[in-house]
Amino acid sequence: MRLITHNMLQCHAKGCDPSQSYPLELKEVQLESLDAEYSEDFIRRLIPKLDWNVLVHTAFALGVAELPKELPDVQDEAFLRKVHQVALETRVKEAQMVCNGCGHVYPIKDGVPNMLLQDNEV
Amino acid sequence: MSRPEHTAPPEIFYNETEASKYTNNSRIVSIQNEMSYRALELLALPEGEPAFVLDIGCGSGLSGEVLDEEGHFWVGLDISDSMLEVAKEREVDGDLFLQDIGQGLGYRPGTFDGAISISVLQWLCNADKTVNNPRARLKRFFSTLYSALARGARAIFQFYPENPDQIEMIISSAMRAGFTGGLVVDFPNSAKAKKYYLCLFAGFKDNAGSSPALPKALGEGDETPGHITYGSNRIRERRKGKEQRKPVKDKNWVLRKKELNRTRGKEVPADSKYTARKRKIKF
Ligand SMILES: C[S@@+](CC[C@H](N)C(=O)[O-])C[C@H]1O[C@@H](n2cnc3c(N)ncnc32)[C@H](O)[C@@H]1O
Ligand SMILES: [Zn+2]
Repeated sequence: MRLITHNMLQCHAKGCDPSQSYPLELKEVQLESLDAEYSEDFIRRLIPKLDWNVLVHTAFALGVAELPKELPDVQDEAFLRKVHQVALETRVKEAQMVCNGCGHVYPIKDGVPNMLLQDNEV
Repeated sequence: MSRPEHTAPPEIFYNETEASKYTNNSRIVSIQNEMSYRALELLALPEGEPAFVLDIGCGSGLSGEVLDEEGHFWVGLDISDSMLEVAKEREVDGDLFLQDIGQGLGYRPGTFDGAISISVLQWLCNADKTVNNPRARLKRFFSTLYSALARGARAIFQFYPENPDQIEMIISSAMRAGFTGGLVVDFPNSAKAKKYYLCLFAGFKDNAGSSPALPKALGEGDETPGHITYGSNRIRERRKGKEQRKPVKDKNWVLRKKELNRTRGKEVPADSKYTARKRKIKF
C-alpha cells in the first residue's frame, strides 16, 4: 500500500464511529520505496483530493519527509516531485494498521493490507 | 459445465493451483486482457491523463496490467490470497488489498476516478455461507462503492450473469445505491462472443435526467467479433493519432525498475528482447 492509498483509506467496519474511522494509524511500520512514473498532471489533480494534514503527519511520523504544514500557494516542480515521492513512491511493507474508532487492527503483510472483517463487524 | 460460484466460496475456489492455472493459461490471459481493454474503453476516462482507478476483484493482476500499460495508478481488491500472491510475483504496480467486497469498501468520498471489475460480480450473488445474504452484500458493496467514486466517475463490470433474475437483482441494487446507467451487451447474437458489461455512473443520484447515455454495444448486427475492432485496438489507434503520447512505461523505465529490484535482492526475470514489449493480444 502506497501512502496515496493510505490517505484515502478509512475503516469500513459496521458501526465504527465515522468521526474516528479516519485516518488509520500505522504502527510497527516497515517501509519500502519504489519507482513510479512522474506525472505533473496527476499530482496537481491529486493534491486537492488529499487530506493534506494527514499526509504531512504520516510522512513525518514515518520519517519519510518533512512537508510544509500549509499547502504552498505556489506549487513549483520541486514541491510537486516531493509530493510524488511521498504519495506514490513510498510503500508500507509491513505494519499494524489500527482504527481508533473501533479498535480493529488491519495487519499489512508483504505490502498487502488484510481488510477482512469478522462476521460481527459487517 | 457447472458454474465455479456453485462449487465453493471464491477464497476456496481460487486456491494456489487454480490461481497459477488461471494465470498460465494463455487463452484466459488474452480473454481477460481483451475484456479489460473493453471495460477501460467504456470507462471513458479523459484521454491521455493518468487516473486513480479501482480494480474490483483484481485477482492475479491480469486486468491491472492493462491499467499499468495505460499508465493509470490503481488499487486492487481481492478475497483470494493465492490470486494476490500471483499478482505480487508478477510485480503489478497497483496497491493490493485482501478484501471481501461484499463487506463493503472504506474509501473517503470521491477517491477514485473510475472502477473496473472483470469476471467477478457473479460471485457476489452466491449465498456461499449462511452468513452471506447476497442482497445485503450487494447493497453494502454498491453503496460504499458509490461514495468512493468521484462525481461523474463510472464503474464498469464485465460479468457472467447466471439468469435474468440475477441481472435484475444486481441492477436494482446498484440503482438503489444511487447509480444510473445500465447493461451493455456486446455481440448479443454470438453465443461465444456475447459479453455483459454493467455500466454505472456516479453523481446523478438527484438528477438522473442529466446522466450520460449508455455506451453503444459492439456487434449488434450480424457481424462476428472477427470483423470488429475491439477496444484495445481502438484505444491504441486513437492514441497514435493524437499527440504521439510516449509509452508511459518505456523499456528504460522497466529496466530501471528491474535493476532496482535486483539491488534490493528480489528475484527478477533476466532482461530479454521481450522485456517491456507490449503484449500482443490474440483474438
Ligand atoms: C475470474 S477471476 C478475475 C480476476 C481478474 N479480474 C482478471 O480479470 O483476471 C475472479 C476473481 O474475483 C475474486 N472474488 C470473488 N468474490 C470476491 C469477493 N467477494 N471479494 C473480492 N474478490 C472476489 C476472486 O478471488 C477472483 O480472483
Ligand atoms: Zn473502525
